[in-house]
Amino acid sequence: MKNKYSIFSLFKNALSYHENWQRAWKDPAPKKEYDAVIVGGGGHGLATAYYLAKKHNMQNIAVLEKGWIGGGNTGRNTTIIRSNYLWDASAGLYDHALKIWEGLSQELNYNVMFSQRGVMNLAHNLQDVRDLKRRTHANRLNGIDAVYLNTEEVKKFCPIINTSQDIRYPVLGGTLQRRAGTARHDAVAWGYARGADEMGVDIIQNCEVKAIKRNGDTVEGIETTKGFIKTKKIGVVAAGHSSVVANMAGLRLPLESKPLQALVSEPVKPIIDTVVMSNAVHAYVSQSDKGELVIGAGTDDYVSYTQKGSHQIVEGTLNAILELYPIFSRMRMLRQWGGIVDICPDASPILSKTSIKGLYFNCGWGTGGFKATPGSGDLFAHTIANDEPHKLNAAFNLNRFVSGDLVDEHGAAAVAH
Amino acid sequence: MFLINCPYCGERDQQEFKAGGEAHIQRPRQPTELSDDEWAEYLFMRKNIKGVQFERWNHAHGCRKWFNMIRDTSNDEIKAIYKMGEKPPAQ
Repeated sequence: MKNKYSIFSLFKNALSYHENWQRAWKDPAPKKEYDAVIVGGGGHGLATAYYLAKKHNMQNIAVLEKGWIGGGNTGRNTTIIRSNYLWDASAGLYDHALKIWEGLSQELNYNVMFSQRGVMNLAHNLQDVRDLKRRTHANRLNGIDAVYLNTEEVKKFCPIINTSQDIRYPVLGGTLQRRAGTARHDAVAWGYARGADEMGVDIIQNCEVKAIKRNGDTVEGIETTKGFIKTKKIGVVAAGHSSVVANMAGLRLPLESKPLQALVSEPVKPIIDTVVMSNAVHAYVSQSDKGELVIGAGTDDYVSYTQKGSHQIVEGTLNAILELYPIFSRMRMLRQWGGIVDICPDASPILSKTSIKGLYFNCGWGTGGFKATPGSGDLFAHTIANDEPHKLNAAFNLNRFVSGDLVDEHGAAAVAH
Repeated sequence: MFLINCPYCGERDQQEFKAGGEAHIQRPRQPTELSDDEWAEYLFMRKNIKGVQFERWNHAHGCRKWFNMIRDTSNDEIKAIYKMGEKPPAQ
């Protein structure tokens, strides 16, 4: 049983110089057999394990992570959470996640620092204005909060934006989702890991998957760097490396893995209390609780697993940031990094069964998976436990690439792809 | 970020080029006879290899010609570059 985190436990542990905190999760050796194995110990994988144990009574499960938990894209993203997607299927999926976010810290007894500071998406030309207005209406029909702001209202909501109409891409308006915001990305992985561990889930780090063993069209187990593990159900949540794992099972996926970069500045006093994204000039910015500006943009256009990315992407992003926020012109950037994102042709994720019985994939989240972490875990757990998708992720099956029923969010979701 | 030796223009910054995805995907000879599964394979499914991959690139801000490249996607090292229609050099 885990000790509850509270102001009292903090005080009690302060008396012993914080040297006697209970371990948040164990470090077990893998068992010979599990009812289900999750490949990938990021936020989505750990959330999947958590909900399998909590809602579907499957405690004899393991999460395999080749590095350390939360050390992949969970720790590399820019922590933006929103659900203002255009299409009904996406709205259902992402708003399901947003609703779980709203109570997540209490549910996990772990402060994920969810901050509903609002996300604003800017329009820079007449087509942007039409698209964003259309999306606002679509959102409201789906019960998602959204308002359209004109230039003056944008300026009022975020005063440091340059709304002068003689810049290269003037701000003509924007949309605002007030329920959207940010969260502490590491805490999400740690909170789910602690919760899953408490219910008996084995979290096995430094354990890389080498092969998937099949008997005909049924999975039998998984070969890892820590030996063979027998299991009837494998849920793969491997983000940028999904195609690599799929290849082990002889599958091809409609994915391309590309580097996505982000950067943070030196920390400064509070200057921007919301998240501002711009699809047209391809940049977004928010400020972390430590005071750093968190800046991100689009991907490189070539397949790469190097976690580097090209310099001109960063340069273009900062050009756009400086035009919109001249006040940042003398700030220095502290760090820059890249992560590998798996992108689907329709820029929507895959949470699906496959042609192999017992093999499930949760991938294709591309540049925006963090926001969906709790909902993704919940729905993927449902899919694995029942061998059937939940109605909210039914549209995100692999078969959509055969039927042509795509969820085409490319450029339609106010996202910076 | 890396340098690419365009077979027509010589060595240039990668910034001048546009990646065109996986190479040597043959357009179906009899499109009318293709099943939906075969269409999906042709249109959407990709190898997305971590390692040596065959790709098409376009010198978009240069001669605008297409060519093929063999590149290791795990370290961005270019193994070979050859023109469209040519057989890939032996690896």
